[in-house]
Amino acid sequence: MHTRYQPLLLRLLGNSRWIGYVLAISVLCILVPVLNLVVPDGNVLHVSNYIVSIGGKILCYAMVALAMDLIWGYTGILSLGHGLFFALGGYAFGMYLMRQVGLDGVSHSNLPDFMVFLDWKAYPWYWSGSEHFLLALLLVVLVPGTLALVFGWFAFRSRIKGVYFSIITQAMTYAFMLLFFRNETGFGGNNGFTDFKRILGIPIATPEMRMTLFVLSGLTLLAMLWMSRCIVESKFGRVLTAIRDAESRVMFSGYNPLHYKLAIWTLSAMMCGIAGALYVPQVGIINPSEMSTANSIEIAIWAAVGGRGTLIGPILGAAFVTGAKSWFTASFPEYWLYFLGLLFIIATLYLPQGMMGLGKKIKGKYA
Amino acid sequence: MQIAKIIITCCLALTGLLAGTAHALTVAERLALAAGDNDQRIAALARVVAVGDPGASPFLKSLLDDNVKLVGNKIFVVDAGAAINAATGDHVELPADAEDVVNNNRMRSELGAAIAALDLRSPDAAVRLQAALALRQADAADSTFALVVQAEKTEQDKKIQTILAEIRAGIELHSTDVVLRLKAARELAASTSAEMRQLLVGRLEPGGEADPEVRSAIATSLRALDQRLVYFEVAGTVFTGLSLGSVLLLAALGLAITYGLMGVINMAHGEMMMLGAYATYLVQNLFRQFAPAWFDAYILVAIPVAFILTAIIGMLLERTIIRHLYGRPLETLLATWGISLILMQLVRTLFGAQNVEVENPGWMSGGIELASNLVLPYNRITIILFSLAVLLLVWTLLNKTRLGLFVRAVTQNRSMAGCVGVNTARIDAWAFGLGSGIAGLAGVALAQIGNVGPDLGKTYIVDSFMVVVLGGVGQLAGTVYAALGLGVLSKFLEGYAGAVLAKIIVLVIIIIFIQKRPQGIFALKGRSVD
Amino acid sequence: MQSRRTFIKSMTAIAASVALMTGSLTVLAADSKEPIKVGILHSLSGTMSISETALKDMALMTIEEINKNGGVLGRQLEPVVVDPASDWPLFAEKARQLLTKDKVAVTFGCWTSVSRKSVLPVYKELNGLLFYPVQYEGEELEKNVFYTGAAPNQQAIPAVEYLMSKDGGSAKRFVLLGTDYVYPRTTNKILRAFLKSKGVADADIMEEYTPFGHSDYQTIIAKIKKFSAEGKKTAVISTINGDSNVPFYKELGNQGLKAKDVPVVAFSVGEEELRGVDTKPLVGHLAAWNYFMSLKNPTNSAFTKKWADFAKAKHLPGADKPLTNDPMEATYIGINMWKQAVEKAGTTDVDKVIAAVGGQKFKAPSGFEIEMDAKNHHLHKPVFIGEVKADGQFNVVWKTSGPIKAQPWSPYIVGNDKKKDEPEAK
Repeated sequence: MHTRYQPLLLRLLGNSRWIGYVLAISVLCILVPVLNLVVPDGNVLHVSNYIVSIGGKILCYAMVALAMDLIWGYTGILSLGHGLFFALGGYAFGMYLMRQVGLDGVSHSNLPDFMVFLDWKAYPWYWSGSEHFLLALLLVVLVPGTLALVFGWFAFRSRIKGVYFSIITQAMTYAFMLLFFRNETGFGGNNGFTDFKRILGIPIATPEMRMTLFVLSGLTLLAMLWMSRCIVESKFGRVLTAIRDAESRVMFSGYNPLHYKLAIWTLSAMMCGIAGALYVPQVGIINPSEMSTANSIEIAIWAAVGGRGTLIGPILGAAFVTGAKSWFTASFPEYWLYFLGLLFIIATLYLPQGMMGLGKKIKGKYA
Repeated sequence: MQIAKIIITCCLALTGLLAGTAHALTVAERLALAAGDNDQRIAALARVVAVGDPGASPFLKSLLDDNVKLVGNKIFVVDAGAAINAATGDHVELPADAEDVVNNNRMRSELGAAIAALDLRSPDAAVRLQAALALRQADAADSTFALVVQAEKTEQDKKIQTILAEIRAGIELHSTDVVLRLKAARELAASTSAEMRQLLVGRLEPGGEADPEVRSAIATSLRALDQRLVYFEVAGTVFTGLSLGSVLLLAALGLAITYGLMGVINMAHGEMMMLGAYATYLVQNLFRQFAPAWFDAYILVAIPVAFILTAIIGMLLERTIIRHLYGRPLETLLATWGISLILMQLVRTLFGAQNVEVENPGWMSGGIELASNLVLPYNRITIILFSLAVLLLVWTLLNKTRLGLFVRAVTQNRSMAGCVGVNTARIDAWAFGLGSGIAGLAGVALAQIGNVGPDLGKTYIVDSFMVVVLGGVGQLAGTVYAALGLGVLSKFLEGYAGAVLAKIIVLVIIIIFIQKRPQGIFALKGRSVD
Repeated sequence: MQSRRTFIKSMTAIAASVALMTGSLTVLAADSKEPIKVGILHSLSGTMSISETALKDMALMTIEEINKNGGVLGRQLEPVVVDPASDWPLFAEKARQLLTKDKVAVTFGCWTSVSRKSVLPVYKELNGLLFYPVQYEGEELEKNVFYTGAAPNQQAIPAVEYLMSKDGGSAKRFVLLGTDYVYPRTTNKILRAFLKSKGVADADIMEEYTPFGHSDYQTIIAKIKKFSAEGKKTAVISTINGDSNVPFYKELGNQGLKAKDVPVVAFSVGEEELRGVDTKPLVGHLAAWNYFMSLKNPTNSAFTKKWADFAKAKHLPGADKPLTNDPMEATYIGINMWKQAVEKAGTTDVDKVIAAVGGQKFKAPSGFEIEMDAKNHHLHKPVFIGEVKADGQFNVVWKTSGPIKAQPWSPYIVGNDKKKDEPEAK
């Protein structure tokens, strides 16, 4: 199924691909900012701050969905730890944002309020360096990347796969969630990080900053999309797909799946880290509940609803599910979980290729 | 001498029997007990106890049970819906402006001690034992001293006498007489009671015991007492570990079937437990409404009801959804997660988001007190036994019945089993129903110790997966070892590291263990692997 | 002929009356102004729905009552209910939606501290107005928020003073037991400092935390027993979060730890939390609140009756046993105070309303006339201490003589003496 499917998709998008990128970039960088910042409130064409903030959130989720797709859709490994990588990236950047609060916190100390509360007199060692913007950016990819590398190396070496892998990633995520919930861990406990003031000295709670972050998220997503496309179309990507379809045969053909799996797994974790870092300043809070089991499973459903093994699918899936959540929880609060539950069932039972598969089916019918 | 003792006992017994009618308290005494501030009421109580008249007992009990009402200076005792005017003894309608006599903890504990002290003269040995135990716990006041000494002398029952001796020694520890204090301190070495320990420690604090000899005797007794308590403490930790383990086992057994044997990652497993708990709640309500006399037996009905209900739901789910997903375990994970969301929200819609109340049957409340620091609660013991029974049931079903044979056959080689005439589709449905039904049984047990609310299942789902994975897929024995092992391990860790860290450490241990033995404690050998 | 004439006649009559009715309706419509939108931001799904659903319904009841009495400034209130689903970033998103899309005049909502912290930047940025109805840890004072729940000095400290009194059992040793998050941590920090100031040694204080959703309290209870056997009278101060209370109390009852030996006073356990518990073994354990359903006064009787009728009329789950509790009362007070402030200000403009809320008085179901402090955005509240009764209600055994002023900056936390008792001017 998958093998025949991909070239078809490529053909569909083939020539128009670059046009697509240009179009997406111009919408993100010109159209939305103009409609939001220049067109006055009340005009039909005005894009409200509210829409921009939801849009920014969706763009970050889309990156995670894309990362999930690389490891699940293309390599066949279902990770229930992507929520953790996402949160770690968020925390890494959150540390920088907390440093930027400076003396403006409730306690007017150069330590974050929760540390003042714990009677700490100085930053603990693992906070060192987080005040430098560039270092913080590095941490955003390094923290989840390193964790994924170490964890993956042990797990893949022991040839843990399938459901086992999913369950121990879940255990890891759960353990980290408990760890971050502890107040003494030094990350603000249950309250996490909130009430950010600035990035690089520029106030954060302004429409301009929100738009900047939105545009940045959009460009990052496009870059990730482009990178992912390069990967899946390369020889490396083909080996990954082969691992998904028949790992033993790949091994017998002389490839060591360990390296391939480890590489894509670590890369996928890093993508989540970046998404988390962009997400935190936009929603204004990071707390350990981002690491809950439910969140990681929801990431999987974004990919599944959109269509695994396609690159556009997961992005659509993330947008669709998140958008539906925003709408349902406002309009029919009581029915949101029914809808989400049904979506899970329908997507797995009837849409093995997700929305992309559905689109193809409809197209096939009328072609 | 002997005859005199018997005569005294008889007299005491007689006064006890006549108590309710003959020697009731005067109205003024009752008023002093019921009205005024707590200090005054306690002083009045001390006077009543000092008189030692068992006739006061019924009124004190009414006070303790909040059955005494006041209207101005008039006292009414409510008894089975009717009110009795304490002054006249007439049955009257309770005036609408009657005020409750409010007893706080302090008042209740004083009342309890007073009743216990008076009960020491009861002719019934069981009542006397309860009274002695209550008195020991109540930090016996000096006013009860005379009663205790007297009771200790006349008591025939050895067990009660020992407790009374302890109480007496406890009071004597505060005596002004050094010799008495020393004797009391030495006597208390034989105790295992936390209250006596508290007393001893209290005397050692500054401002307590002044005499060096008594001090050293107290310290010696304290050491002896502590040594005995340490054993009980370790035993207690093992028990709590086993009890946690049995809960994990119950939660994981159903999963061992649906996941271990059928390869379905049933994320809705927790919700099956939740439904089992709600079934228990419904059965309990029916009993409360239609057969209150049989209330304590509701759990016996709840067990089959929960099993059948969740089994049917499980089979329905299997037939409609899960059967399309065999061989795609990761997809079953997502689909069953969706099912779990729907079931949770469904329960919220039907029963509300709040928790519902499930009352333990009377025989499951309380526990066996082996030592002051080791109480084995009946509900925990019941759950341990229950989990063993369920384990036995599952084992028998899988190994001794035709259904079990088919299930194992289908697990090992589906197409071959189909070839020799096993209706694999039907076996799948039965097996999934069985796994769900067992989750329902776990729900009945969980309802006895924790919350019954829509989120019940989510609390246990991660843990139960850990147990199954750690034990080794498809292995009942592995599941048992993993559950009990994890239970005891977490409880020992919790003692040192606290609940939060213990949980993290356990998870890390599981992750490391699975790296070493990816197939769990008991790996399946042979061709059925992979 | 006759019949036709009658027919025409009646037709004319009908037409005339219809015309009249439409006329009067249009007049009415022209008379009444646009409704005022009011946001309700409570989780209706997820873990917090257990507590928050009742607050949403209480808010709806209060709004219905206000509308029945003619609304605010002659305008009806229109509730906008959204579900942040116990998801903290979603709280911020929903708050933004309420403020920018629905343009609500005021929001009533949040329960957990983290949800409040999550929406706070949004209310500050967009200059919104939030009424927060739950007891919390203090250490916060924001211009855009009014806190109608208790600060620590209006709940925790009086409770501990009671435990140390003769009637409370003259406790000398304390177990501070809580779920591991900010509210218990802060409360226990304040209490530790308070106990120290009362001469309690560190060795006589045991502090224990459990994770969220912890359900196995066997070890903790064993530890409490051991601790209480080590010295004088021990009391437990519990800040265990809602969901874990049932297993905690069940274990407590079964392990035979009676209230008269080791009393447990809880700050997060009210009538609603005890709904799921068989309270017979718990008789005598304590809770400290600013309101109990069992309070006897005319305002409370009317309040509980209103709620029971509302629950029945709306077929709310649990309507067979309608319960009110402290946060529900705080919600009720909050909405009414906002209404009074709007009427005083003559507008729903946030800055003007904020200025008008300070000093508002309201006859609350607690039986006292409650006042919003002129400056510090907190209510002056009475404190009650109740003992659990066998029917799940509370027996009030102690109360303050009148409402006491909130101290959001607890004097028992170092550095708070420098902080001002009013929101910082920006």
